[in-house]
Amino acid sequence: MSEFASRVSLTVNGRVVSTDVEDRTLLIHFLREQLRLTGSHVGCDTSNCGACTVHLDGDAVKSCTMLAVQANGHAVTTIEGISGPFDGRSSVQEGFRQCHGLQCGYCTPGMVMAASALLVENPNPTSTEIRHALEGNICRCTGYQMIVDSIEWAAANASPPLSARGIA
Amino acid sequence: MSLVGARVLRKEDPKLLAGRGTFVDDISPTGTVFASFVGSPHAHAMILAIDVRRALAMPGVLGVWTAADFTEYPDLPGGLPDFERPALATDRVRFVGEPVAVVVAEDRYLCADAVAAIEVEYDVLRAAVTIDTATALDAPLLFPHHRSNAITSVPMLDDGERELKRSAGRAHLHIVNQRCAAVPIEPIAVLADWSPSSLTVWATFQAPHHLRNYLAIWLDQPQNLCRVIAPDVGGGFGAKIVWYPEFFIAPLLSKWTGRPVKFAQTRSEAMQQMTHGRGQVHDVDVGYENDGRINVLRLVVTQDLGAYADPTGLGLPVLTTWMAAGCYNIDKVVTGFRTVATNTTPIAAYRGAGRPEAAYTIERIIDLIGRRTGLDPAEVRRRNFIKPNQFPYKTHNDAVVYDSGDFPSALTECLRLLDYDTVRARQSEARNDPSAPLIGIGLSAWLEIAGFGPNGSLEGFGHLASWESTQVRIQPDGSAILYVGSSPHGQGHETTFAQIASDELGISFERITVVHGDTETVLQGIGTMGSRGVPTAGSAVKVASARVLDKAKRIAAHLLEAAEEDLEVADNAFRVRGTPGKTVSWGDVGLASFQPLRLPPELLAGSLEERLFQESPNFSYPSGVYGCVVSVDRRTGKTTIEKMVLIDDCGTVINPLLAEGQVHGGVAQGIAQALYEEMAYDPESGQPLTASMLDYLIPSAPDLPEYTAGRITTLCPNNPLGAKGIGESGAVGAPASVVNAVIDALAPFGVEHLDMPLLPEKVWRAMQPSAASAPASTGVKS
Repeated sequence: MSEFASRVSLTVNGRVVSTDVEDRTLLIHFLREQLRLTGSHVGCDTSNCGACTVHLDGDAVKSCTMLAVQANGHAVTTIEGISGPFDGRSSVQEGFRQCHGLQCGYCTPGMVMAASALLVENPNPTSTEIRHALEGNICRCTGYQMIVDSIEWAAANASPPLSARGIA
Repeated sequence: MSLVGARVLRKEDPKLLAGRGTFVDDISPTGTVFASFVGSPHAHAMILAIDVRRALAMPGVLGVWTAADFTEYPDLPGGLPDFERPALATDRVRFVGEPVAVVVAEDRYLCADAVAAIEVEYDVLRAAVTIDTATALDAPLLFPHHRSNAITSVPMLDDGERELKRSAGRAHLHIVNQRCAAVPIEPIAVLADWSPSSLTVWATFQAPHHLRNYLAIWLDQPQNLCRVIAPDVGGGFGAKIVWYPEFFIAPLLSKWTGRPVKFAQTRSEAMQQMTHGRGQVHDVDVGYENDGRINVLRLVVTQDLGAYADPTGLGLPVLTTWMAAGCYNIDKVVTGFRTVATNTTPIAAYRGAGRPEAAYTIERIIDLIGRRTGLDPAEVRRRNFIKPNQFPYKTHNDAVVYDSGDFPSALTECLRLLDYDTVRARQSEARNDPSAPLIGIGLSAWLEIAGFGPNGSLEGFGHLASWESTQVRIQPDGSAILYVGSSPHGQGHETTFAQIASDELGISFERITVVHGDTETVLQGIGTMGSRGVPTAGSAVKVASARVLDKAKRIAAHLLEAAEEDLEVADNAFRVRGTPGKTVSWGDVGLASFQPLRLPPELLAGSLEERLFQESPNFSYPSGVYGCVVSVDRRTGKTTIEKMVLIDDCGTVINPLLAEGQVHGGVAQGIAQALYEEMAYDPESGQPLTASMLDYLIPSAPDLPEYTAGRITTLCPNNPLGAKGIGESGAVGAPASVVNAVIDALAPFGVEHLDMPLLPEKVWRAMQPSAASAPASTGVKS
């Protein structure tokens, strides 16, 4: 670790993490490479694709667009921290399974995180509201309709994800 | 109950939804270091010197390599003589982003630092960026020893002019099918681990065996020591069956550093370095009668190949000219093409690969005939369709014999779901109301060639063969593992192939696993492209499973002391028909199959295993009719899709949920080409103008409509499943339906054609009074 490193202390998926991180390390690379939480992905370098979306204190953020040190003192939830009553899956995750909301699965963790944050804010969104809420997440496989269906399924079958207990 | 045809949920999803997928960049063996490439900032230049000293001195840098280090390795495979691509640019760079040097460092940040510290001195040359520049008399040459930028050409032997002159009417369109980028959300990534005993390469690739075969040749290694794994692959769309230098260089970097070496492309790199698609210019002429019947079609294609001649890039105009006549019965069809090198990113397959271009052009000109004759465009299509009783239908090219289809029924169904007459009435009202947006209705009756393919079809693109392989293995508990050579990147092979096998074997879906993507475990394989997964690999699974069942029945009959022909199988058990209680489970049959004492004498232990290389006697020909209703804002030129009706005929559907997903995704890419996307270059400097997701307009959810999907089914006679393939249909059919709708909306302004993408500014300009006097902007010559 170089001289340009700082001590950070944050909560990741409910567990406290205290470690050194280089000042220039993006949150996504900290999560993926230092913590080995590889569920969040990188699909662009301009903050457009949303494959890296995680929750910071419950809000959906693009982890490629903030530094790891900026997460110091905050609570981060990644896709690995999402679970629920549907055979371990949250209603959003299960909605994607039920409605074929994913194909290659690369953008999916980001989609699930963005959709989960939407449903906390707006538990019964219209399809138009869902589409606008996903504006910052790009999927190249599905053409989005089945993603919209998935989130409607999740809204209709809502149940608080286990991770909501004090984390997200 | 049959699983083929059922909306079965995917086996793939639980791990992907939990963030437990395994993409290449997720894998980091102990000691992994990172590679990054120095790309050319110029479209065309001579490399004078490369100074790596500053980079080499930086902390964490393990080494820097240039073309001088690869002299004992050949050029990349698949190129044409005279136009080969070296692994790293040697003396000349031919497109912005072309790799000229590579760094290995302890992590990707240090790598980026070192890349920035490498100084390359160039002598910048004039660039041939456009086809016009590249084919001008004074064109700068990409390959000076070839003395021309024209690479291949197939001229017309007869220009059809006689038939054109004899026709009551003729129409011409000059069409640019713009360059697009595939943009799978996972860019190129490769991890190579050359241990002292063998080489393992993890690559995001659509055809791991294909890569293994060529890597072994390039590295001069026997194939048994060269293992390629395509783990979870984050989309491909054709851009991941290309010989990128990174795949070939990474293993050597691992060998030279003694460490596993990973390269994961950034999106900005990907926009310049992953191959692009489309990039064709068409001149199309038709001669027709006043009743709309077409006598003659002439299509001349110019294919922009970009800087190097990719094997699939060379094949694109072949497929376009093959499919020039679409689903129409036209007496005389003449075609020709040429391919041209330009100082741009190489062009190769992108979802549809040559067929979207063909479908777009024939469907544009059909609408123009409607406009010129005053006939409804649906009626022009109906009058020219190949009739259902005309199959097999021989086309203008001997290689292409359409096998099946019912175009009139697909059109009828599309018009019904569009509520065509009502929308036409609404269109008239809107035209007379200046405060209302313009309404346009577009049809696209498309046909493509898929199911690649018959023997010889993929060999032409450098593949080992054109079959697809499977191996079906029953386990001692009567569960089954299928190994398939077709390696997916989102298509859902693990689900669909298990459905097919479950029906054949009588083993439940949950007790069947599909293995793919690893050259060490999977028999052999060709790959997933050309809408071939279900027609070839799916058929292989069906036939091999049936053969396993035949042998399993002999074992079951032996155990039950019954006749094989009296047995039926379902729900993991064999039963003697009409004798309740006389039953043996698949589990017990599986167990017995490994126990010589319980086997019938003619069977050996382990015989419940079948391997198969499934060949196809012909291609398949998916078809359909898409209908699109748009509104166009008179003040801004913005197009909104109000309705999108998709009627597909892909033959047998294995899983309607997944088939519809494939159509949606392809249609999204087709709409994107019609309305949003273009990989653009500065025509002088060759600098890419759309080299990030900020500039290259990939639609997100609010930019795309809801789809209304329907279906008609005619079975493909050329494979045991009757399936035609579905992966590319949407991308083939969608662009023309959208563009036809916009041009239809603009009919009051006399607009007969606009080139894609139909961005608001272009549409707005076409509505301005001055537009009519500028025919160049409409692309129409009379």
